[in-house]
Amino acid sequence: MANDLFNSFMNGPDDKGRFGDFGGRFVSETLMPLILELEAEYEKAKTDDSFWAEMDDLWKHYVGRPSPLYFAERLTDHCGGAKIYMKRDELNHTGAHKINNVLGQILLARRMGKTRIIAETGAGQHGVATATVCARFGLKCIVYMGAHDVERQAPNVFRMKLLGAEVIPVTSGRGTLKDAMNDALRDWVTNVRDTFYCIGTVAGPHPYPAMVRDFQSIIGKEAKEQLMEREGRLPDTIIAAIGGGSNAMGLFYPFLDDKDVRIIGVEAGGKGVNEKMEHCASLTGGRPGVLHGNRTYLLQDDDGQILEGFSISAGLDYPGIGPEHSWLHDIGRAEYVAITDNEALEAFQLCCQTEGIIPALEPSHALAHVTKIAPDLPKDHIIIMNMCGRGDKDIFTVARALNVDI
Amino acid sequence: MTRIDAKFAELKAAGKKAFVAYVMGGDPDYETSLQVVKGLPNAGVDIIELGMPFTDPMADGSTIQLAGQRALEGGMTLEKTLQIARELRKTDDTTPIVMMGYYNPIYNRGVDQFLVDAKEAGVDGLIVVDLPPEEDDELCIPAQAAGLNFIRLATPTTDDKRLPTVLQNTSGFVYYVSITGITGSAEAQAADVGPEVARIKAATDLPVIVGFGIKTPDAAASIAGVADGVVVGSAIVSEIAAGKPVEDVLEFVKSLADGAHRG
Repeated sequence: MANDLFNSFMNGPDDKGRFGDFGGRFVSETLMPLILELEAEYEKAKTDDSFWAEMDDLWKHYVGRPSPLYFAERLTDHCGGAKIYMKRDELNHTGAHKINNVLGQILLARRMGKTRIIAETGAGQHGVATATVCARFGLKCIVYMGAHDVERQAPNVFRMKLLGAEVIPVTSGRGTLKDAMNDALRDWVTNVRDTFYCIGTVAGPHPYPAMVRDFQSIIGKEAKEQLMEREGRLPDTIIAAIGGGSNAMGLFYPFLDDKDVRIIGVEAGGKGVNEKMEHCASLTGGRPGVLHGNRTYLLQDDDGQILEGFSISAGLDYPGIGPEHSWLHDIGRAEYVAITDNEALEAFQLCCQTEGIIPALEPSHALAHVTKIAPDLPKDHIIIMNMCGRGDKDIFTVARALNVDI
Repeated sequence: MTRIDAKFAELKAAGKKAFVAYVMGGDPDYETSLQVVKGLPNAGVDIIELGMPFTDPMADGSTIQLAGQRALEGGMTLEKTLQIARELRKTDDTTPIVMMGYYNPIYNRGVDQFLVDAKEAGVDGLIVVDLPPEEDDELCIPAQAAGLNFIRLATPTTDDKRLPTVLQNTSGFVYYVSITGITGSAEAQAADVGPEVARIKAATDLPVIVGFGIKTPDAAASIAGVADGVVVGSAIVSEIAAGKPVEDVLEFVKSLADGAHRG
């Protein structure tokens, strides 16, 4: 293992952008110089105190960080076992963790003199966060969104437009999140001089997986300090939902070297991880391949053609996963499980009723796994789950699934 | 010496520019695309670029993407694309075949297995869009060891500092991408392309072939005039997409070849 050098799981990626065998820079030559420039600029910014001072200021006054670490008392009683804490990133400005990363990338874009920001979005949360920060800094913003997602996430499309972004429905391929990412890359390759591509998850060519992780790591860093203050110790288990995996990587990363902390990532099992591929569980049901600039676990057929994922949650509907998760999976530092649509829907309702929190469908998957394992764990076992987004955007989808007319 | 090296030696001796034609393997179906490929040498094509369909062709415009979708919907696979090369080799042992596409289907088959199969099928070179020099250990170096040319793309963003990196492990020819953008989009301009080709030729002895944004016989002539040859892809694929009979497609290809050979 290349990253074993200092006996740490936190040293990745190596200088080729690899986490073990995963990651890398699988892009066309046109983009390669841009990616190298981005890497150099990010390396400079990372060690520049003024960059982080600006981030901290915006995180505090614009986003509302630190987000609370909340003891979910009634859910804990309901499960009757482990003590359940929620990291409340759904209370961030724009309602999800996505803005943590967007702020970092937009500040970097400004340092690089880029004036035009492009992004891809699935559920629309990353698109809304990007449109928001672009409005805040007066930057032009173009968001690529699969035509199917434009339909099922209409409120977020309208939000982006209110914020001054141009939303381009993507009909190429099958018109989904992966196609939106293809079209964003096509835009970037065409507009190389003035455009910054703001990727929403810990995937894509190096340095994106590491950079997005670093920006999202504020989640785990805060959670660690907050729990230390509250309980005087580390958690026993940390759990987060995974599409591309940015909220999970943000929570996990600061705990990777805390060997007694059990780490669990929850993938979208859709209708069940079966041969019909009606799920988005890349690690549980896929195998390694190369897409969107990195090697990682992918849903693919026997010929190496990429398959569409399926999930009730548009935010988890991606056939790949961040390369660092693939590595953590293969070396066994983190466990990955799948939760079905129905299990997530049940957890969604339970959270509304016991905690007065309407969760997004994405963290509802993490919550469903919490409710599965908590009852069998001792009362002094502490779980932190990442409540990475609020569910306002999902009420129409949930109503439909529950056969309710609204 | 591969068939590609031999072809360029022959063209040079005749004082001719190269005409490279791209078609997607299996578009719109296996049989039709095989007939098109078999007809290309007689239509004046010097080198055949045979597209390997992929679900997520990030560097291609809608024309090539839709061609790939048609092929995949018709049951096309990497194995069948190799079969097209095998079939052509039964009647033609000189026209170079370059397979072009994306890395995942090759990686999925296994690099070593793919190289054995490609060599056996009579393939001469590879263009894999999402393998920049930074990933040379993946396929480029094993391919050259197996006796296949690995043809690299150079682009307007490849500056003088980076150019040696791009040229280092390139063989066969250099494919200069005439525009920043995707296949089948903006038109290439000879006035922009000429100085760029000269810049690359100053750094390598390999032939420099220009592709992206060349759609007509006149454009082929004017771009070929400032390079060692041209590639046309989307314009040919559009004829196939329009459902033209094979002989009409080949006639259009011939007009492009005549244009390029005029250059």
